[in-house]
Amino acid sequence: MAEKETTPVHEVRPTTQELRVPARFIPSPTIEPGHSFATITDHISTIVLRRKTPIGWLIGFLISLMGVGILTLSLTVLVGKGVGIWGINHPVGWGFDIINFVWWIGIGHAGTLISAILLLLRQEWRTSINRFAEAMTLFAVASAGIYPALHTGRPWFDYWLFPYPNTMGLWPQFRSPLMWDVFAVSTYATVSALFWYVGLVPDLATLRDRATNLWVKRIYGMFALGWRGSAKHWYRYEHAYLLLAGLSTPLVLSVHTIVSFDFAVAQLPGWHATFFPPYFVAGAVFAGFAMVLTLAIPARKFFRLEDFITMKHLENMGKVLLATGMIVVYAYAMEWFYGIYSGNPFEIFMLKNRATGPYGSMYIALWICNGLAPQLMWFKRFRTSTFWLFVVAMFVNVGMWLERFVIIPASLHRDFLPSSWGMYHGTVWDWGVYVGSIGLFFALLFLFVRLLPMISIFEMRTLLPEAQAHHTEGTEAQ
Amino acid sequence: MGGIGKPISGLYGVIAEFTNPQDLLEAANKARDEGFTEMDAFSPFPIHGMSEAVGFNKTRLSTIVLVMGILGGLGGFFMCWYANVIAYPLNIGGKPFNSWPAWIPIAFECAILLAAFGAVFGMLALNGLPMPYHPVFNVRRFDQASRDKFFLVIQARDPKFKLDEVRNFLDTLHPREIVDVPW
Repeated sequence: MAEKETTPVHEVRPTTQELRVPARFIPSPTIEPGHSFATITDHISTIVLRRKTPIGWLIGFLISLMGVGILTLSLTVLVGKGVGIWGINHPVGWGFDIINFVWWIGIGHAGTLISAILLLLRQEWRTSINRFAEAMTLFAVASAGIYPALHTGRPWFDYWLFPYPNTMGLWPQFRSPLMWDVFAVSTYATVSALFWYVGLVPDLATLRDRATNLWVKRIYGMFALGWRGSAKHWYRYEHAYLLLAGLSTPLVLSVHTIVSFDFAVAQLPGWHATFFPPYFVAGAVFAGFAMVLTLAIPARKFFRLEDFITMKHLENMGKVLLATGMIVVYAYAMEWFYGIYSGNPFEIFMLKNRATGPYGSMYIALWICNGLAPQLMWFKRFRTSTFWLFVVAMFVNVGMWLERFVIIPASLHRDFLPSSWGMYHGTVWDWGVYVGSIGLFFALLFLFVRLLPMISIFEMRTLLPEAQAHHTEGTEAQ
Repeated sequence: MGGIGKPISGLYGVIAEFTNPQDLLEAANKARDEGFTEMDAFSPFPIHGMSEAVGFNKTRLSTIVLVMGILGGLGGFFMCWYANVIAYPLNIGGKPFNSWPAWIPIAFECAILLAAFGAVFGMLALNGLPMPYHPVFNVRRFDQASRDKFFLVIQARDPKFKLDEVRNFLDTLHPREIVDVPW
């Protein structure tokens, strides 16, 4: 029996000194050199399995829990008193609730894009951020779900949204985009959760096998479903994973398309436009990548994951930010073109009112956040600086919220009849629910990074060159 | 699975441990060339060509997903049509009752939903998961199969299974260790 205990150390590429070229010409690797199957496994699983909870995690989690407290309070008052405590009234019936719903759903889209579309495009840099981004999707969709559910006014009747035979003999009105939205968002939440869980199963088995505490072992073991890494299982597993990616791709595009129908199907100037679906989808990806950067940059630092989430990942995300940002800017420009070219006085008034009316400052801020700030991403110096990436991502997070504000209340508040014009401002309860949903999002994320591997361990292993086996007799392991 | 080979009571098979995927793939190929059919390989990540090496390269999963997708799409369309044409016809802006383009988004979402259920639950069902107990878990070092070790098991129900011969054969593949797997 030959003892072949190897700790393969691979050289991904020559070092800068060997090549004698400036460092900026050498692309960063997707995983830093010097790792083996064992080190990847141990590094990522230790973050979860270590006994001591880091103090920084506790502080962050407690702050997020305060947000959850604000959410609980705001929702309790809301259910007790009704949606009148929000700022919505005629003519603005859709306020923070719909702004925040669209904002959160959009953020979720990057997760599915990274996990599904980039998988189909064989972008292997997606591997170390997909788990994290998928979790972000789930929690963003959970935060988004709060708003339409409570905006109905009587959330205890929300089950009326679903078609079921009832004694009232009533059925939902399926010609309405709002009904499509119910199906799109609930399908999206379900499929995202399934995709995420399927991806987790082999890693849960790793945690089951690494855990030393009996109860921890049992709990992970239960969720690992008895996964044992059998070749036959892997075969079907990879098959299922690819099929899920193929199904999620049209799904994610359909979700924000349908969200945009909520607006585009209405006749209101500022909403009634055929380019809304691609405009919304691009904006969603834009917002989502900004949020992935917002989360990944601190997490990578805090959990010392620089070897796995390398500068290459951050730089690529910066590029996606730039590309989708330019699509969004194109859509802003097209709004002007459509409005002016239509010759419709209401459309033209809407555009003027948007830029110079009572909410004009928000429109200008929107251009600065979404139009100007991402232009920094043209330059490698900014794309490879975590500080600047974070700054730009924050601008985009704010900018995408402003975009929805400009689309929703700023279009609604002055429509066709000047006698029915009005103003809209969020009340303290609007802000309470908003801050609260951010708290919920972060609380769930903090729990996720503590309880589950935030990077897909088994997919990281396949990135190592020695993971490639070839069916040629007698060759050395690569 | 009675009737295949001669079961040795209390023995699931013999397992060999390897330290890298290349060795495992070559071992599985050699075992297949040797005529073994009832075997399985275990690895911490999917290895290209591994399932073919252990004699497995077909799955009905795609068919399941397709059928589920079609059922979901038809079901979603039927739901909208039944609700708004038969059970509770509503005149919305003078549109025909069967304004079918409006049923498409929901039919599409239902198709995706059921197809995804088909992919996930179909994969789990075909794989026989969840399965909390399996004989290979009895192997002391098997917990390394989810970290950085690679295993090949030849089952006792293989028609060619003879304990000593299998042990000797596995030994020629230079494994790190060979262990009998009890039930």
